[in-house]
Amino acid sequence: MKTAVRKAAAFIITVLLVTLFVFIAFELIPGDAATAKLGTSATPEAYEALREELGLTRPFFVRYFSWLFSFFFGDMGTSYSYGVSVRSMLASKLPITLTLTLMSFVMIIILSIPIGVLSSKYEDRAGAKALDVLGQLTMSVPPFFLGILITYFFGMVLRLFTPGGFVSYDVNPVRFAAYLFFPSLAIALPKAAMSIKLLKTSILSERKLDYVRTAYSRGNSSMDVMYKHVLKNAIIPVITFLGMTLADIVAGSLVIEQVFSIPGYGRLLITSISNRDYPVVQAIIAIIAMLVIIINLIVDVLYQVMDPRLRGN
Amino acid sequence: MSMKRIMAMASAAIILSVALTGCSGDKKDASSSIVVGIPQDLEDSLDPHEAVAAGTKEILFNIYEGLLKPDETGNLNPAVAEDYSVSEDGLTYSFTIRDGITFQNGKKVTPEDVKYSIEKSAGMMGSPSLIPAFSNISEVVIRDDRTVDIVLASPDIDFPAYIASIPASIIPAESANDASKLCGTGPYKFVSRSPQENIILKKYDGYWGTPANIENITLKIIPNADSIVMNLNGGAVDMFARLTATQTQQLSDKFNVLEGEMNLVQAVYLNHAVKPFDNVDVCRALSYAVDVDNILELTSDGKGYPVGSSMFPAFKKYYVDLSDTYPTDREKAKELLASAGYPDGFSFSITVPSNYQPHVEAAQVVSQQLKEIGVNAEIKLVEWNTWLSDVYAGRNYEATLIGVDASSLTATAMLDRFVSDADNNFTNYSNAEYDELFKSLYQAPTEESRIEIYKELQKNLADNAANIYIQDMTEFVALSDKYEGYVYYPMYVQDFAKLKIKEQ
Repeated sequence: MKTAVRKAAAFIITVLLVTLFVFIAFELIPGDAATAKLGTSATPEAYEALREELGLTRPFFVRYFSWLFSFFFGDMGTSYSYGVSVRSMLASKLPITLTLTLMSFVMIIILSIPIGVLSSKYEDRAGAKALDVLGQLTMSVPPFFLGILITYFFGMVLRLFTPGGFVSYDVNPVRFAAYLFFPSLAIALPKAAMSIKLLKTSILSERKLDYVRTAYSRGNSSMDVMYKHVLKNAIIPVITFLGMTLADIVAGSLVIEQVFSIPGYGRLLITSISNRDYPVVQAIIAIIAMLVIIINLIVDVLYQVMDPRLRGN
Repeated sequence: MSMKRIMAMASAAIILSVALTGCSGDKKDASSSIVVGIPQDLEDSLDPHEAVAAGTKEILFNIYEGLLKPDETGNLNPAVAEDYSVSEDGLTYSFTIRDGITFQNGKKVTPEDVKYSIEKSAGMMGSPSLIPAFSNISEVVIRDDRTVDIVLASPDIDFPAYIASIPASIIPAESANDASKLCGTGPYKFVSRSPQENIILKKYDGYWGTPANIENITLKIIPNADSIVMNLNGGAVDMFARLTATQTQQLSDKFNVLEGEMNLVQAVYLNHAVKPFDNVDVCRALSYAVDVDNILELTSDGKGYPVGSSMFPAFKKYYVDLSDTYPTDREKAKELLASAGYPDGFSFSITVPSNYQPHVEAAQVVSQQLKEIGVNAEIKLVEWNTWLSDVYAGRNYEATLIGVDASSLTATAMLDRFVSDADNNFTNYSNAEYDELFKSLYQAPTEESRIEIYKELQKNLADNAANIYIQDMTEFVALSDKYEGYVYYPMYVQDFAKLKIKEQ
């Protein structure tokens, strides 16, 4: 109970601070939504009139708290650039960023667990050694560069997908998912390489422990020892890593969206910052902050399920 | 089933589904649609009366029309109005609404709609006006069921050009309280939009004029300059305007690259309120030091139209070629600097908006060239909104490299910003002779005498080296070889109605 209260308080304070920082940042950078909207047609009168209309003339804290108050009740305001409610705008883009994130997360799991287990089993073979080198290489390439390589190789040379040929989920869900396959791969590969390495080292060190010998001496097959005993213990550091990775993937997807011309949260965030469209920026950042906190909570819970030793504390 | 087998099947399924669906990506019905790439979303507004960005207005041109409308030669033709007449004193413009013209919602255009639209765009309804010259409108009168009179406070020969600009478009009066009723009378109607993704237009079948050829237009937003070529070559986009010379060289042979003029004046605009740009000799020295041909050679493969004053060649009637005013002469430049009191040169900064790559590249060359006369120009990259508020509105800068275009099809739109007390005089240019000449425009009896004055104004800017003039840039348009009919306008316009599918 006490833990729940503490977590909830941390949640609220984090969101408050993050949104406050964004608000302050916008106060400091030059220009506002009115200059962005009026461009070079801004006369001093038109500028003042528009500022009044957009409510930008109110004092800083009045604006912040009125935003916070509405946000708390689910009202994210209206976009200055598009004149539509931020909520509907973000809702229509959520499936894109969410699919991208989940797809790459699933890819990381699909790739890392079998490969990690196999490469620890055959650690002395040449294939496993080559995989190590390949993994090291993949890890050190930033996702956006990997994205460019993938676009070139799979898109331009092999023509497996049309670069820039993004199709929205409401037009054709299958082609939508297909287009997101390669961007997800670009996000997933470096993380998968890390998690393979982690799992492999973890399995190797677990295998040296006494309980493994005991398990073998009781007549278990090597398959049983692996999946019923070793993997269960070895996977715990990997779960911690995956939890942290998920937050990273959300951030990574914002970047990868630019490389693959995907109109998700990333592009919306960047253009909204340059247009000083605060309601959109605030909402996206608040949502991402909340997402990261929630993911961490889930990881905490998952720990306790996986590791009975933690339940007592 | 073992875990391994499940994994294997799952990955096989994913790979197969990609192989099956991924390949069908570029099939589309070429008979009635085109995908046009645009570098930014229409972020200012879809309401023509609030449209400020050139990139927005050039698209809205297809949806909305004013009482008059420009054509590709720069003539103003009747559009929503069928005809108009001017009273002898030049104060009353009488517009006859085109017989049977309808909005895209099917309703007839009424005099009330015209009155509402003009009053709204003139700022008489409370919202700020984007056409400063419309403050000259004293009243809009409905004379009968087809005629509307616009009465001016003082005569203005440029008035028809303002009437033909996008922010003076005719929209339904009923859209006043309900933005969803907003529509125009143009050849294409707005269907839907998805922010930062696309905008869909459809041919309006009830269009009064020459109907459009292509049924559906998808405007696809590609903000990342690096992926434009990939989108084109990959087949996701059929057309893209304003490419750079480098981008056009990377295009596959499935594209025709068209060349026209961008209709702007690219220059290093100098802030005359800061030292040493208050000294004419310094400005002249800089102009002598800059080698325009070399800039074109290095940044755009030699393409571009050198200009010597604030007017671009498409304004044929008014344009006077002054590009030879300052032939490159670095010795002379040094002499001028010495006589102005800067024998060892000086340092200043050129502010450039970082989102306009051609300007950034030009600034780099200019900076190199100025080093040769001992002037150290440091390039300061800023984000567009910072440029708007610090440089354009705040006038807090030393020099800036940018392209200035005309907000309406008038020579005035290019030249009025150099009048010393003009709101938009961001260069703080102050020249008594220029102010006097500009004022005399309003007393000029004939068009010929006005044209003479416009030319004098351009010469004044050139002689005083108001800015380091560079060029009117070449606009490269990539159009898939399946289409034809792209037309260049003397202003920012993308006319989709004239595009058509090429006969095979």
